[in-house]
Amino acid sequence: MSHRRFHHPDPNATFVFTKETESQIAWWEKKYPLERRNSAVIPALWVVQKQNGGWLSEAALRAVGDRLGMAYIRVYEIATFYTMFNLEPVGKYHFQVCGTTPCMLRGADKLKSFCERKIGPKGQVSRSGTFSWVEVECLGACVNAPMIQINDYYYEDISIETLEQLIEDFAAGKEPKPGTYAKRQTSAPEGPATSLTDPALFDGSRAEPLKTIPGAPQPAAPEETKA
Amino acid sequence: MLLDSDRIFTNLYGRHDFHLDAARQRGAWNSTKDLMSFGPEWICDQIKASGLRGRGGAGFPTGLKWTFMPKKVGDRPHYLVVNADESEPGTCKDRDIMRHDPHLLIEGCLIASFAMRANKCYIYLRGEYIREREVLEEAIAEAYQAGLVGKNACGSGWDFDIYCHHGAGAYICGEETALLESLEGKKGQPRMKPPFPANAGLYGCPTTVNNVESIAVTPTILRRGAGWFTGFGRPNNAGTKIFCISGHVERPCNVEEAMSIPLRQLIEEHCGGVRGGWDNLKAVIPGGSSVPMIPKEICDDVLMDFDALREVKSGLGTAAVIVMDKSTDLVRAIARISYFYKHESCGQCTPCREGTGWTWRVMERMARGEAEMSEIDTLLDVASQIEGHTICEFGSAVAWPVQGLIRHFRQEIEDRITSYRQGRPHVQGATLAAE
Repeated sequence: MSHRRFHHPDPNATFVFTKETESQIAWWEKKYPLERRNSAVIPALWVVQKQNGGWLSEAALRAVGDRLGMAYIRVYEIATFYTMFNLEPVGKYHFQVCGTTPCMLRGADKLKSFCERKIGPKGQVSRSGTFSWVEVECLGACVNAPMIQINDYYYEDISIETLEQLIEDFAAGKEPKPGTYAKRQTSAPEGPATSLTDPALFDGSRAEPLKTIPGAPQPAAPEETKA
Repeated sequence: MLLDSDRIFTNLYGRHDFHLDAARQRGAWNSTKDLMSFGPEWICDQIKASGLRGRGGAGFPTGLKWTFMPKKVGDRPHYLVVNADESEPGTCKDRDIMRHDPHLLIEGCLIASFAMRANKCYIYLRGEYIREREVLEEAIAEAYQAGLVGKNACGSGWDFDIYCHHGAGAYICGEETALLESLEGKKGQPRMKPPFPANAGLYGCPTTVNNVESIAVTPTILRRGAGWFTGFGRPNNAGTKIFCISGHVERPCNVEEAMSIPLRQLIEEHCGGVRGGWDNLKAVIPGGSSVPMIPKEICDDVLMDFDALREVKSGLGTAAVIVMDKSTDLVRAIARISYFYKHESCGQCTPCREGTGWTWRVMERMARGEAEMSEIDTLLDVASQIEGHTICEFGSAVAWPVQGLIRHFRQEIEDRITSYRQGRPHVQGATLAAE
């Protein structure tokens, strides 16, 4: 289990949803049966975390509890259980370096020590407030290892050089594009394609209505019974 | 090698557009209404006949699972929940389906829901897949607009609503009952079974939870026939499958291949071989971090399917192949996996909550060599005490990688301990006192 605690809880702090946040929570709420609107708690907390600059304060959490009609302790246990909820402030660009074995095998340890040198200790916001980094568990982009999630998006096939460039770009206020930084298309192998090269897959022949459906019940049968 | 014309996910790499028009051009949503017109039983029978086994790791026959749902809708509605909480280390196949071929998944949801008489479907994405969620939401909106889902979906007379939900970073939510808890807005802690979800699942209603890939392949199976699907792979291991090959290969990638493809062929044809050549291979974890590793001697001729890998005391799992060459410190690699399980244990059952932390600490010491020889057997013993003594399968997933390591590479741990000891006085228990 991961142990997580709140950052400086202030019992008197208040939190107000922006219009945008409120409309997004309402949009999520509609996905579930009316009496089951608690289901929206995780998406709601996520929306609120965005509004609050990437982390959840205790006040924000109480606001979500009030909004969804849930006891605070229920919201509290959600926020402490799920690790995507940050319980203390993060940098404007929050780097989540995947450190699990598939990424480790391809050099995640080097990325971690580079972050430590360049940004600072794990879990602390850099002095300028621009950066923070943490090590996270498998983010599910293992064939593009090593990878880092920066705020919302995945930056894949990262080397020390590209990481250095990314940090410089973010610091300069640029928005580097997410995705792979190797010469390949998403999860395809680098170099010549080994599959999905047949043009017949994409020429529309597959959209032709099916003449027969294999294993279909005899089409004449229902008419016969009518007759 | 599998022919391109037999591949189901024709846009696996996102070389083409994911939107509805392009997806239709590639064959998605073709004759969906006709398929549905044959009725739910026909669909279940076809999927059963195709031999499709669940693609989420356990390999349970999908068609059979669907028939566990009540035959008639009583006072409780039926639900289909799609498990897109892909978090097993090594696995990244569902991600490609959702961001590049979302319409195959949505069509599959409609057909599967219809087969189980469910009018509602939730897709539970892992929280980190934000780009994938944006794509999926867009594709769902397109499907609604085109009348493919919603009231009278595809003109079939069946009302169908599909929603996208997301989690927030908890591996355990990939376990079906933990996923349902999470979807209900609670901590993701697995439920006791029985009752099984088919009787009391989401909101206490009959529910089936299926993996993304299992659902996304069903429309194509129905269009091309169960016989076509069983034509790939050995009996009882039918079909095609997306493999994710990561680690020490020249060109890591995802690829759809026929089941029962030899591991060596898979790696050499699609990934440019093991880094430094096949002889540089040390071990492979063939099905995601939870399954035991297999050494090179077994890798030489093992087939990638459920039965072949079970025979060598491993498993196909999610078909996430993690390749490790001779430069790998296997003890450290497994210690890192143990840390993963320690971090992700939900904390509900004592053997797992305490055992994962204990296992990780011992593994870390073994990686440094700072352990007693006798602890190797203690570790095996503790691992077997966790396995099977918890509510969910997580406990087994903790034990298997460690057991795999000791089964095949015990010598490596022993050598580590011996070399650590060299030149040091042997003080029994000195380092153990703190544990």
